[in-house]
Amino acid sequence: MQKTWNNKAWFLVLPVLVLVAFSAVIPLMTVVNYSVQDTFGNNEFFWAGTDWFLEILHSDRFWEALQRNLFFSFVILALQIPLGIFIALNMPKSGIGVPVCLVLMALPLLIPWNVVGTIWQVFGRVDIGLLGYTLRALGVDYNYVRDPLDAWITIIVMDVWHWTSLVVLLCYAGLVSIPDAYYQAAKIDGASRWSVFRYIQLPKMKRVLLIAVLLRFMDSFMIYTEPFVVTGGGPGNSTTFLSIDLVKMAVGQFDLGPAAAMSIIYFLIILLLSWIFYTVMTSSDANG
Amino acid sequence: MAETTKFKPAGNLSWLVSTLYILFLLLPIYWLINMSFKENAEITGAFSLWPQNPTLRNYSVIFTDPSWYNGYINSIIYVVLNTIISVLAALPAAYAFSRYRFLGDKHLFFWLLTNRMAPPAVFALPFFQLYSAFGLIDTHIAVALAHCLFNVPLAVWILEGFMSGVPKEIDETAYIDGYSFPRFFVKIFMPLIASGIGVAAFFCFMFSWVELLLARTLTTTAAKPISAIMTRTVSAAGMDWGVLAAAGVLTIVPGALVIYFVRNYIAKGFALGRV
Repeated sequence: MQKTWNNKAWFLVLPVLVLVAFSAVIPLMTVVNYSVQDTFGNNEFFWAGTDWFLEILHSDRFWEALQRNLFFSFVILALQIPLGIFIALNMPKSGIGVPVCLVLMALPLLIPWNVVGTIWQVFGRVDIGLLGYTLRALGVDYNYVRDPLDAWITIIVMDVWHWTSLVVLLCYAGLVSIPDAYYQAAKIDGASRWSVFRYIQLPKMKRVLLIAVLLRFMDSFMIYTEPFVVTGGGPGNSTTFLSIDLVKMAVGQFDLGPAAAMSIIYFLIILLLSWIFYTVMTSSDANG
Repeated sequence: MAETTKFKPAGNLSWLVSTLYILFLLLPIYWLINMSFKENAEITGAFSLWPQNPTLRNYSVIFTDPSWYNGYINSIIYVVLNTIISVLAALPAAYAFSRYRFLGDKHLFFWLLTNRMAPPAVFALPFFQLYSAFGLIDTHIAVALAHCLFNVPLAVWILEGFMSGVPKEIDETAYIDGYSFPRFFVKIFMPLIASGIGVAAFFCFMFSWVELLLARTLTTTAAKPISAIMTRTVSAAGMDWGVLAAAGVLTIVPGALVIYFVRNYIAKGFALGRV
């Protein structure tokens, strides 16, 4: 659409600017402020320069949490995106099945995150949970409270349970928007099932897939509540992700300086990685 | 999409995929519902796939204790407040982005989206101090405003997608017919993007309803959300599994109702708009 140049449009954006300034810019400034200062209490602050940043960047605790986060996001994307596409391809396309599927699949998305954690905490317990009890009965030595691997598997399965539907809904929306003529043309050409997917459905889903990958990456990278409820970051530190560590540092130990520095580094990593995803996926769009 | 033969499902077993997936989704929820109708002795004592002695005790605990049911009221108040604020603020902004070019528009749009990427954990502490300074701690409006952090950008993004789908000629014709901007916007434009407003409101509702970290940080007693009350009660009163399960089931209900009412918008809205 041809847009007209009009600087008065700023007035229309003003309410959003004021709101976001209040809820994002001012708090972010506070964080920057803390990250370069030190305090011994009494509201007296001393300039600390980049000390906190260096401290964070040299601490093993930060790098280990970051590695866990990256690995978690990678596994989540690798599982949820293909699974979401596969389920969307197999969803009913008309009739009573459509609303039933949509409503039931969207259900996990609207459960408060700590309740999701509670559901899986209960579900996985070996004494009172269906999953834990069944696995025990089958002779699997499963205990997410004690075994790091089991804790990881539980959290990953929980996240797949929680968020795959978002990918499914997005892909489904992309699929139903493909005009019928494309399929008829493919049928006349005798295209195989795979080429229909590869050359019609996948390119048409590109836009929604971009949104799905970005949303899933950002949210899995910021995950806090669900693992906090299920494992509390344990056993040991095996499921301590960056946000869990950050909240522990800021609210638990009240180390404002390091926590603020870590916040900024954390935010920058998300920005950078999201920007890379965005650029890669939109530029491959331009090339073909 | 009734009469056309949309794309063919992958095979005859395609219904099986959806069914298995839905079963996988419903199983943990079923287990929670199952537990909510049991007595604690039965939960911890005997393992059973359905309640042997169904009881409503857990639900009656919640519905008779104000500290429990007020949590639901608090949650619903700030979620609805947030949805209204987000959509109202986002409407004119989305119109500006979809219709006009102006100084710094692209940067502004990307900057807005970066707020969606900010981890709530980063904001928990500064939010607490900022809202303390304004005396807003433990009020519904504090949580509603804090949730604008991620909901306003999302609402702008979704609405902009819908608005770009409305031909510009409609605006121009309305102005020629003598409509003022506010009158045109409310009388003509908003009905045209009704489904977009529905989708945006749905997502604002959803993300505000499920968020806990900020909501818990900004409230102490008077505006405490139900999900925070749940965590507190579990740690304090030992393990009252039955009440915990019943409270969990009740947090699923508003979400399920909302999905049910917007189910037709969602399929349509997803296809038309950004999200």
